[in-house]
Amino acid sequence: MQHLDGNALAGALAEFFSFDVTTAVARCNGCGAIDEFARALVFTSPAGTVVRCPSCDHVLATLVESDDRAWLGFSGVSAIEVRRG
Amino acid sequence: MIGRLTVPRSGWHPATVAANTPETGSAARLELDVEGWPGNAAGQHLDVRLTAPDGYTATRSYSIASSGPATGDVTRVVLAVDRVPDGEVSPFLVDVAMAGDRLEVHGPLGAFFVWQPQPAGAAEPAADAGVDATVRPVQLIAGGSGVVPFVAMAQAHADADDATPFRLLYSVRTPADVFFAAEFERLVAASAPFRLDLVYTREAPAGWPTPPARITREALAEAVLPASDVPLIYVCGSTGFVERVAAWLIELGHDARSIRTERFGGT
Repeated sequence: MQHLDGNALAGALAEFFSFDVTTAVARCNGCGAIDEFARALVFTSPAGTVVRCPSCDHVLATLVESDDRAWLGFSGVSAIEVRRG
Repeated sequence: MIGRLTVPRSGWHPATVAANTPETGSAARLELDVEGWPGNAAGQHLDVRLTAPDGYTATRSYSIASSGPATGDVTRVVLAVDRVPDGEVSPFLVDVAMAGDRLEVHGPLGAFFVWQPQPAGAAEPAADAGVDATVRPVQLIAGGSGVVPFVAMAQAHADADDATPFRLLYSVRTPADVFFAAEFERLVAASAPFRLDLVYTREAPAGWPTPPARITREALAEAVLPASDVPLIYVCGSTGFVERVAAWLIELGHDARSIRTERFGGT
């Protein structure tokens, strides 16, 4: 399955967050790797989007959208570092 | 370094098609007048949303070929869109959209795959400024329409007369498929250091020194800055192209942290 980079999700995530999630640094709770969200592997399908750790393939996050709501899961992220300013 | 880049806040903006001109046989240059656009950094992208009469919407991401601050209430933003056969959005943008058509765009998006000129007076980093402040040469590597964000970066580099050494390795099918050919000619001649290396994969110009072929690891090693120069590397293209190139770069000794990629799927 073809994948994209985390930076491809900038638009989808900007709908929900007031900061650019793609430049935030996330820690994978599968392997502990710390990386910019933009470097994650993004798999999209009509059912939704799965974001995987570039180091261990662990599922970091999921995004499912319908017309009137969205479901955001960050099951594989133990912490996010957001730069201020 | 990423956190110190300042990029404008994104949002949805109404836009009017100002011009739609053929860029190549399969791509169009789309100039949009975007209302309330806050400006964008070189390398950012935007999402275009089309709404059908029945309310069905389709959204796709496109790299922006232009950069710079807002120019008042309406700012001109340039895209180059390659037609994806059987696509939902690109055939409309390439073949149907005409001056005066209205679209919605969301952006500017993504502060990761961007390059910004050194601020004036920062060409000589202070001795105690740390490794981040060192001016590293920049290597851009494009597959096909993946060249679009690099047009913005090279133009921003030339406009700022930035002294950072810039190189672009551009893999393209045929001479007729080169995007922004006239702009690249000017950028190569501009005073900011910029070098363009073309790799033709299907058809090369008469007298070209190498027969057309997909880029190889050897060709990549010859045309990109060596790992000893510690370049910042940006790679943009189809997922397959980016995968191959990024893996070779690691084999050639480049640090994964120095490589930024933007895959757009496809083949």
